[in-house]
Amino acid sequence: MTAFLQMYVFVLAGFVGYQVITRVPPLLHTPLMSATNAISGISLVGSIVIAGKGGDHMVSTILGFVAVTAAMINVVGGFMITDRMLKMFKRQEPKK
Amino acid sequence: MNIAQLVAASVVAAANSPESTAAGVSFQEFIIQASYLAASVLFILGLKGLTNPAKARQGMQLAAIGMLVAVLGTLLHHDIITYGWIAAGMILGAVIGAAISIWMPMTAVPQRTAISHAFGALAATMVGIAHFHEPDHPPGSVEMTALGFEVLFGSLTITGSFMAFGKLQGFIPSQPITYKGQNASNISLFALAFLLFIFLIFNPDPAVTPSTSVVFYLMAVIGLAVGVLIVLPIGGADMPVVISLLNSYAGLASSATGFALQNNVLIIAGALDGASGFLLSILMSKAMNRSFTNVLFGAFGGGEGPAGAAVSTEGLTVHSISVDDAALQLAYARLVIVVPGYGMAVAQAQHQVRELAELIEKRGGEVKYAIHPVAGRMPGHMNVLLAEANVPYDRLYDMEDINHEFGRADVALIIGANDVVNPAARNDRSSPIFGMPILNADQAQRIIVLKRSMNPGFSGIENELFYNSKTSLLFGDAKSSLTQLVGAVKNA
Repeated sequence: MTAFLQMYVFVLAGFVGYQVITRVPPLLHTPLMSATNAISGISLVGSIVIAGKGGDHMVSTILGFVAVTAAMINVVGGFMITDRMLKMFKRQEPKK
Repeated sequence: MNIAQLVAASVVAAANSPESTAAGVSFQEFIIQASYLAASVLFILGLKGLTNPAKARQGMQLAAIGMLVAVLGTLLHHDIITYGWIAAGMILGAVIGAAISIWMPMTAVPQRTAISHAFGALAATMVGIAHFHEPDHPPGSVEMTALGFEVLFGSLTITGSFMAFGKLQGFIPSQPITYKGQNASNISLFALAFLLFIFLIFNPDPAVTPSTSVVFYLMAVIGLAVGVLIVLPIGGADMPVVISLLNSYAGLASSATGFALQNNVLIIAGALDGASGFLLSILMSKAMNRSFTNVLFGAFGGGEGPAGAAVSTEGLTVHSISVDDAALQLAYARLVIVVPGYGMAVAQAQHQVRELAELIEKRGGEVKYAIHPVAGRMPGHMNVLLAEANVPYDRLYDMEDINHEFGRADVALIIGANDVVNPAARNDRSSPIFGMPILNADQAQRIIVLKRSMNPGFSGIENELFYNSKTSLLFGDAKSSLTQLVGAVKNA
């Protein structure tokens, strides 16, 4: 049953995503890609739990450490670069 | 409405998660789930912000807050015993991520995007392998389905994205690399990985079926190989589709991680990423009038024989133009439409373009930019470069919005673009790009093309626009040509 509920979440989220993203203008497609990339860095939360198991789970801990690092690069890099790009998009200043 | 449904679904799913069945929901678990719910809503609001350039930054700040909330919530998880490795990974990742985003030049955005998909997929794959290697309980078929997707999609995205990164960065040749039987061997390799996956679903527990372990890791290795092989035959001009597709795969791998860990915020964020990448791939494919399969298996300009040689340009001559003459035409034009392409990005000429445009405007002319969806190496590439050079975004026009204006343009100034203005797409049935929507640059009164040489562009397709009697070619590096033009227009 859990798997079915997860499918609900997946399908509905995909649907919402599709509807919202359809309305993103092509102007912002590059920032969109780095934004969704930053957001999918949420796999950080899965990685954290694995990296913190401790005890005799050494293999998991190392794999988790690599995963935390990789996901964190995307989270920090993704949000910062998206902001850097969005900052550049300016309207024309009104003519004097 | 959509968001409300989604929230309802998340709550139901959260209430049904296994931890809550034993002794009710602990306070800890409640906080974690609440933080995930908040994060999911903030992510969607963040993406919604991107529908409006004026609100996009605020929106992304909401999404970043969502991320922070979710991470803080996760740190309360009862499975976490030591924080040392977590802190080390987070600090290392934050330093690398920040360093890349501060010092990376804007021209390297496509490469950065490609490699970031590899990082995302790497995280998902590592989590999947850890989960398989040290399971909390013997995995069942459903869980193995999620794990298999996670590791298969993850591994092929790691190497595929790395290859795309290499091609964009230039340490792997960007020409398609093709060989005989390529498609057949790629498809059989992928089919083999898929068969192994089916085996795993029916034999999910290594304690019951010892060969499951071998099969699992073999599938991951084949995934890595497929990633390399599938990107080898893809050339630079097809990169927008491939980057979008890899974006989608990285998202799906994250989503699969969510299924395996029974973590809804992962499922949601992965689905958002997957949907976005999928949508962009569709838009890019449409803009090239090609299907996914054609992009992945159709290796443009290689192996398939001389399909592109249909337009004979023998006996036709091109008209070259001097800087001064070109400057004169631009200086007295009322409307100039600039068509930028990958050549502008390579020459990093966007600042000179803006300078030239400002001069023309000062003299009373109007300058607009026509952006083809697949100009450059990733979706929106030209927009970002021009925005970096301080071109106001209300001057950047999408293809549908500008195409009817070429007729009244005095000059169409084509900077390093080729296929996106090739009339063969409209009228030559035998051309490989026939049917691709193009910018109507040929309808302008005059066409000035800035071009390095007469070598046909990446796709190897001749462009009859260059032989048009209205067209003049200004040979040379785009940046130095534009610098000279700026000087000449000043004196005109």
